[in-house]
Amino acid sequence: MLAVTVLSLCIAIVIGVGLYIKASPILHEKSLFNLLGNSHWRPFKGEFGFYPFIMGTLWVTGIAILLSLPVSLLTAIYISEYADKRIRRAVNPMLDILSGIPPVVYGVWGVVVIVPMVADHIAPHFVDFSTGYSVLTGGIVLAIMITPLLISIFDEIFFTVPKELRDASLSLGATQWQTIKFIILRKALPGIVAAVVLAISRAFGETIAVLMVCGNIPIVPKSIFDAGYPLPALIANNYGEMMSMPMYESALMLAALILFVIILFFNAISRVVLIRIEKQFHL
Amino acid sequence: MKKIIEEKVFKVLMIITTLVILSFLFFIFIAILRRGIPAMSWDMISKIPGGGFYIGKEGGLLNAIVGSIYIVLGSTILGMLISIPIVIYINVYLPSRSALASAVRLSFDVLFGVPSIVYGAFGFTIMVFLGLKTSLLGGIIAVSMLIVPILVRSMDEVARVMPRDMLDAAYSLGATKYETIKVVLRQIAPGIATAVMLSIGRAIGDAASVLFTAGYTDSIPTSLNQPAATLPLAIFFQLSSPVEQVQDRAYAAAFILTMIVLALSFGARYFSRKFSKNKI
Repeated sequence: MLAVTVLSLCIAIVIGVGLYIKASPILHEKSLFNLLGNSHWRPFKGEFGFYPFIMGTLWVTGIAILLSLPVSLLTAIYISEYADKRIRRAVNPMLDILSGIPPVVYGVWGVVVIVPMVADHIAPHFVDFSTGYSVLTGGIVLAIMITPLLISIFDEIFFTVPKELRDASLSLGATQWQTIKFIILRKALPGIVAAVVLAISRAFGETIAVLMVCGNIPIVPKSIFDAGYPLPALIANNYGEMMSMPMYESALMLAALILFVIILFFNAISRVVLIRIEKQFHL
Repeated sequence: MKKIIEEKVFKVLMIITTLVILSFLFFIFIAILRRGIPAMSWDMISKIPGGGFYIGKEGGLLNAIVGSIYIVLGSTILGMLISIPIVIYINVYLPSRSALASAVRLSFDVLFGVPSIVYGAFGFTIMVFLGLKTSLLGGIIAVSMLIVPILVRSMDEVARVMPRDMLDAAYSLGATKYETIKVVLRQIAPGIATAVMLSIGRAIGDAASVLFTAGYTDSIPTSLNQPAATLPLAIFFQLSSPVEQVQDRAYAAAFILTMIVLALSFGARYFSRKFSKNKI
């Protein structure tokens, strides 16, 4: 049992090393800086520029966070500060179900509902033409996928804010919203930031749903109605082709390594912050 | 007064955002039901793809349903064999404020956030290393890596609140460590059930991890070395078809998958409620 436990601690290292070994051929040939900054992706000519994919990932993630953060923050405040027990008991299972829906089902819903909505009702107000397969569509679908995660962490963080602080504020004549604005949100700020970082890393890694609605054209998106091609979609889409060319495979494994390292880093920081907050609460 | 108005405005805003989020759940279900139910038929769940399936001729999704069941079954068993010893070790063998236990918990928290495409890519490199082709076994290995963090985290949540006095009580009655573990397993059994349901829900719906590793096939695998189709990939591949009848099958598959996940979610809720009744 000790062996299994200690081995489990090494899994992350093993994954990192395994992906690095696979990615090393391309890193020997070109510098990492060159690969990340180059915007041309032509595997059959030996050009592997990750810039469009990194931008695609950032656009989609940015839109998702912008849409999801205010909504989930307000909802979490409502659930933890205003709602009574009955409402909590009704809302929480529904959020659980929302977070349990498989990504591929979100993808189907995105293709069936959001893509036509963007193409026919949103995009025409701003641009001449959009197929609907765009970074905006990906962002909307992702926003809904990360919302349950954000709400559940926010809810936990608000729970750790001492009741005495609320009482003190209310007894000085502050309204409930003023108490939330000046006391609870301020006290919960580190936790909120940690939760957002966690949600960003979830959005970075989401593959199938985004792959289905983003259009997957290796260009740098110039507006939210342009197609994008996030990194995970790149890996998933080319798994068949990559076997024929060693450098191609190496490039895709480098993409996986980049994702892995960024997400590991983000996750570790935010989890440590969240664990600290919880510990303080229990003291 | 300004602050009263502000209070009211934000309260209304909050109720609206809550309703908006919940309504998305219904929108998603309605969309899946409206497209999925007309596409459902007995053939869909009882037949494998026949000739000309991908241009809209006869056949069903049995290959994907059975493939998904095999992968979920295999990875759940493998995942339990790995995760239960870890949970027992950090909760029974290690003292309650152990640095190693905290390190293990943190590392599984972090691994939980690793996206499934990375597990898929890593699983693929292991398979290349071992000389395996895309196969049921490869899929089981990749999905196991995906669900072990889920299993450990949710079992640990239950095992952690287990009173340590219970261990002392068992020891003082002359029980060995092994016998005590049996008592512990009994105590956290509903927690294990919840963890398993959660992980099955995640495993059956995940496409990115099986894409490289399990492959896709029209037949039902008869050994671990054969590729296996899965429901999420059936949805993904068939939705990208230009043929409408084939797209309908993607909707049917999405409907089946959603129903399975929904049933598991209710199951998990049932077990965790049952558990909270028995808690000491």
